[in-house]
This record gives sequence, structure tokens and C-alpha cells, in this order.
Amino acid sequence: MTGSGTAGLTGRTRWVLVSAAAVLLFGGAAIFGIGAFADYQGQQAQSSEVVTAEAGSAGIAAVAGSDADAPRIVFRNTALGEGYGVVAAVPLTDPSGPRVLSDVSCDRVYATNTYEMCLRVNRGVVTTFTADLLDARGALVKSWPLPGIPSRTRISADSELVSFSAFITGETYASVGFAINTQIAEVDGADSGTLEDFALTVAGSRVTAADRNIWGVTFTSDPNVFYATADSGGRTWLVQGDRAARTLVAVRDGVECPSVSPDGTHLAYKKVVSTTPTTTWTVAVLDLATNEEVVLPEPSNVDDQVEWLDDSTVIYGVLRADDSGDSDVWAAPRDGSSAPRLLIEHAWSPAVIR
Amino acid sequence: MYISFSDRARLTDVPSPTTGKTGAKVSATVIALGVVSMLTDISSESVSAILPLYLTSVLGLSTIAFGFIDGLYQGVSAVVRIAGGYAADRTEQPKWIAFFGYGVSALARVGLLVGTGFGVIAAVVTVDRLGKGVRTAPRDALITASSLPENLGRSFGVHRMLDTIGAAIGPLLAFLVLFFIPSGYSVIFVISLAFALLGLVILGLLVPNVSRRAPAVVTAEAGPAASVARPRFRWRHLNDPRLRRLLVVAGIFGLLTVGDGFIYLVLQARSSFAAAWFPLLYVGTNLAFLVCAVPLGRLADRFGRLRVFIIGHGALLAAYVCAALPTTGALATVGCLVLLGLFYAASDGVLAALAAQYTPAGSTASGIAAAQTVVAIARLVASTGFGFLWFALGRETAVLIVAALLAVAIPAAALLLRPYLARPRVS
Repeated sequence: MTGSGTAGLTGRTRWVLVSAAAVLLFGGAAIFGIGAFADYQGQQAQSSEVVTAEAGSAGIAAVAGSDADAPRIVFRNTALGEGYGVVAAVPLTDPSGPRVLSDVSCDRVYATNTYEMCLRVNRGVVTTFTADLLDARGALVKSWPLPGIPSRTRISADSELVSFSAFITGETYASVGFAINTQIAEVDGADSGTLEDFALTVAGSRVTAADRNIWGVTFTSDPNVFYATADSGGRTWLVQGDRAARTLVAVRDGVECPSVSPDGTHLAYKKVVSTTPTTTWTVAVLDLATNEEVVLPEPSNVDDQVEWLDDSTVIYGVLRADDSGDSDVWAAPRDGSSAPRLLIEHAWSPAVIR
Repeated sequence: MYISFSDRARLTDVPSPTTGKTGAKVSATVIALGVVSMLTDISSESVSAILPLYLTSVLGLSTIAFGFIDGLYQGVSAVVRIAGGYAADRTEQPKWIAFFGYGVSALARVGLLVGTGFGVIAAVVTVDRLGKGVRTAPRDALITASSLPENLGRSFGVHRMLDTIGAAIGPLLAFLVLFFIPSGYSVIFVISLAFALLGLVILGLLVPNVSRRAPAVVTAEAGPAASVARPRFRWRHLNDPRLRRLLVVAGIFGLLTVGDGFIYLVLQARSSFAAAWFPLLYVGTNLAFLVCAVPLGRLADRFGRLRVFIIGHGALLAAYVCAALPTTGALATVGCLVLLGLFYAASDGVLAALAAQYTPAGSTASGIAAAQTVVAIARLVASTGFGFLWFALGRETAVLIVAALLAVAIPAAALLLRPYLARPRVS
């Protein structure tokens, strides 16, 4: 006899109950799914919740509007409605004004006047991830496969070097312990391979722990030298990298996702303020000459690689609190002299083209 | 797919194993349990496939933090696994202990619908894994009790095939939803809950609470292991020399099983094909596993389960060599995935069948739990230890060292288990 709880039911009754449960459960799920799909369709059909200017053809040249060399901020548009997730731009002189939308979709973007780095989740039944280098017209120049979800990307100021970081999200990534992969590549040449293969030294001794991760590259004016974040055993360091020697040397503790200022004198980064219940970060700026750190008066959790608006102002994305996948870009003076101000609504992953 | 609740009637339909043919049908209970596992795997794998994307793009969290929980639950899961097996034997209610395990996992899914944030996700994943730990051994004991001892390997093969089909469908279903509704995470959570609940309903209504002590499933040909003497659970039942040696061998093999993730990372670093398809390599392994599970289970029944179990680790050895040798084409990657799938098909269900075979009726769940716990803990140690080798010596060298150790371990295991390696007798 079967278990006591269901004893006494005839075979037919059991089948009827199972069938009824199947119809009820899948019917319910299907109705929910159709509703969500209809909502999504409606949302897509709606015009964007922000003012958009006349859309160009493609690429960052298009989002430059009529003047291809005009200084501007390129970012990922996160305004709900038409154009969600595409690369957009606003003039540097009017960041809160109408934005120009391109037809390039990216999850993480960085741009210079020559190129655009676009990290993508290629959705489908077979979902893959790529780092795509596009020229100013939006044509694909080069593409690298990523091992998982896009994280950070940068292009050097002279547009010769690119870097990209992605989480390793194969099924068993979690038990493996290498959670992130970062690469540097020359636009016209060789890849440096994964930065995990670079020799990492902290306080003079070599770190070979299996759990080390390197991410968040920022280039300097010297094409051989870059900064990045290294992490092992729960500790995080700012490291200075040497591409030729293939070395990473820790120069400071507790620094993540560094970003060198345009004049090369300062380094902005995110810094842990609390680890309970989950890690939260704020923005700090280091004077490279004096080694003095200023923590900015930013009340929100900032999990982004900072960008420089100019030599004295940093900008960064802050996620909205409602878990909607929407965010805003904020600006703050690097000396912490005043509170951050909202720069671009519904935007993420900003890059300044001067 | 045919599922019958009238298990006893089914079993009498099974052609007599005395004919020496292995054309016997697999019990309807085993198929029902396979369907339950399939639905549950669709449920859990659809969520875990999109979890990294959800955490980073919606909750804005670093997935790095997620790795910590994963290591933690593996340890806890090993402990509850033993408890689940023990409880199933002591209460003689393997079905309801398994039901409790499946139920806990299904309930955890409700958490995804009502809460957001990292804490909720962490709790849901932990509770889900706890449920998985509890249910595995009682469920495998039910499979044992519903099968003729001669066909045990095949029964486990059928179950693991259905289970792996679920693991393959889940992620595809989830990504299909995201393809149509890019922000459709809540739809995936609802679908996941529906699958989990249906699995629970099928388990509750269509699977009988059979125990190996019940005479209904003990045929005259079943042999001494399934005695009709109805032994109660005894700790010393787990002291069978065959089981002891099996646990030692399974433990040694487990210590040399470094985790697919590492193999995938070696492939990814060497081959542009593997790099491009890295997030999907596990699908290839799963496909090979589900295709080979039944044939290898049948082979194990005929040729000898221990032989298949030991030789199956030769496939793992070949996968290591294949990953480490400087052959970087697409063919090497595919070959490596096929070998990994073969290894799982020859080891996962076969080990459960062996543990059941070496444990007297009444202690089956505990015996299976012991074997699975040994493997789980050994593999956890292997992954941690291998991580250090990886950086101390480099990836290829590290893989080749483990391969060399495995090449020694395989004949050593054969030597240790030699007394039991004979081909199964056909009475």
C-alpha cells in the first residue's frame, strides 16, 4: 500500500488529481507569463520616459549628432520604453537635455572618439557573452568571447588598448572559486591574455593563491602601465600593472575599480564602507603625488568604475533602489567639497568623450 | 511516458530475470521518481542558470559574493544527506522523507516570489540545497526497492537520464523566457515553482512508499541481499567489507575528481572554440550523460557494476589528458565533454546501485547516503586542493598530475576490489 497520507485513493482519482494539478500549475504559470509578456510589449511600444532627440543611423558617430567631434557623454540608456539598453549620448554642455539614441545595444559600454567597447549578453535559448569593439560608425572591428556576465571595460585615451572584465558564469563557477576574468588587448595586435597569469606581488612576496581575481583596469598615459584591482582571500588591493614584464604590484589596500584622471594626477575608485548584510561601497579619490585619500560624501551604494567628467569631477552610476534595473549617473567634485548631484537620469556606464 | 501507480501489478509483469535476458522493464515507480527528479531539476536549474544575471543586472550585486555560499552549503548538504538516509531507514518511510526534502526545496522557491535582495537569494539557495541533501538517499532507496536487484544499474540509469534531461531543459527554458521578456525573472520564478509543485504532487500521489523489506518487491530470485527476513536498520549493516572497500575506493576517486569547472577553464584557456562556448560547456556534458546513462547502467548490470564503475574513471582520466594535451581544436573540446558525460554515466547511478547492493535491506538509504557523502566531501577537498596546484604549477601541469595519480588509482582500486570484480552470475 502507498503512504498513509494518500492511502485509499483509487488509481483513477490519483491520475485525475495529478492532471488537475498540472493544468492548474502550468495554466497559472502560463497566464502569469502571458501577462508579463503583454506588459513588456506595452512598455516597449511606449515612447521613452525621457526626451530623446532625433535618432541617428548607428554607432557613436550617430550619437554625436550633427557635430561628430562635439564633446559628449556616451552611456547605456536605462529609461524604460523604446530604446532601453541602447547606447545613447548627451552633449557635455547639456547632460540633462535630450539624449540621442543609437541602435547599438550594450550591457556595459565605454567609448572614445575612435572606438566603442560594447560588452553584451547575446540573449537566446543559447545565451553567450561577447566583448565587441566597434568603430565610430558602429561596424564591428573585433570581438572576444566572454566567459560570462559583463562587468567592466575601458579603452586607453589613445584608443590603442582595450580591457574587459567578465564574471565566469559557467554552471560550476561557484565551486571553482575564480569568479572573474580580465583581459587587455591591443586594438591592432596581440592579446595579453588573462591578467591572472601576470605575477602578482603584495608587500614584496608573490601571491599564488588559487582564489585571486583581477578586474577593473584603468590605463595611464604610458601604454605599458595600468592600474587594476586584485583580490585574494577576501583582501583587495590596488595594483600597478606592467604589460611588458607581465607583473602586478600591490600599491594600496582596499581599492576597487580604479580610474585615472585625465591629467594623470588622481585616482578615483570604489571603497568598501560596510560588509553587512551585503557589501556596500562609496567613492574615494587618491592624490597620486601626496598619497592622500578623500572619501566623497556619497550616501548611496556605488558599485561602478568611476569615470572623470573633467580633471576635478568624477561621475558614476548608482542603481535605483527599486530593483528595476534602472540607474542614474551622478557627478561629484573630487575634493569632496560638495554633495553629489544628479547628472543624467536613467543612465548607466558613462564614458566622457572630450 | 507511461507512469503507473499500481507498482505491484507492474512488477509482476516484469519478465523473469532467470531467462538471462535483460529485456525486463523498468518499474513504473522508478520512472515516476525520474519524472519527479526531472521536474525538480527543471525547477532548480532554470533558476540557477539565470541567477548570476539576476544578481548582477537587477540587484546590482557582484557575483563574487555568491561563491562563498556555494562552498558553505556543500558542507552542510553532506551532513543532512546522512541524516536523510538514516531517517528513511529508521522510520521506514523513505517516500515521506524524500517528500519532505522535495517539499523544502519547493517552499524555498516561494521565497523568490516574495522577497528580493541578496539575503533572500542566499537563503533560498541554501534551503534548496538542504532539501536536495535530505531527499537524495531516500529517493535512491526507493529506486532500489522498486527494482529487481539484477536490473538495479539500469533503473538508476533511467532515473539519472530523466534527472539530467531536467537539468538540460531548465536553463534553456529560463533563457527562452528572457529572450521574449528580457526582464522576465519573476516569470522564471513562477515557472520554477510550478514545476517544483507538480513534482511534489506526482511524488505524493503516484509513488508508493515501498521499502526493500516489503515482500511485494522481493522476488524469489532476488538473492540473499534482499532477504525476506525483514532486518531492521543496524549500524553494523554499514560494516559490510564490500561496502567499506567501496567507500574507500569512492573516496580515493572523489579526491581525484577535480570538478568540471576546472576542466572547462583549462579548455577555455587553450581553445577559442571552448572560450566562445564556455557558458554552455556543461550542457554538452549533460547531453553525453543523459544519452549514456541507460546503456551504461545496463552494461553495469551485465558486465559487472564494479567493473563499469572503475573503468568509468578511465573516461575521467581520458578527459583530463584530453584537456591538458596541446590539441586545441573544437574536436578536442567536444571529445572532452563526451568523456566527462561518459564518466558521470558510469559512476553516478552505478555507485548508488553498488552501495544498495552491498547494504542489507532495511539499511539501504543509509548505505547509499554514506557512499554519496564520501564522494561529495572528497570532491570538495579535491576542488580546493586542486585550486592550489593550479597556481603553484600551472593549469596543464596540475591536470596532468591529477591524471597521473588517477592512472595509479584505477588499477589500485581494481586490486582492492578484486574479490568482488567477477561478472554477475546469471542463475
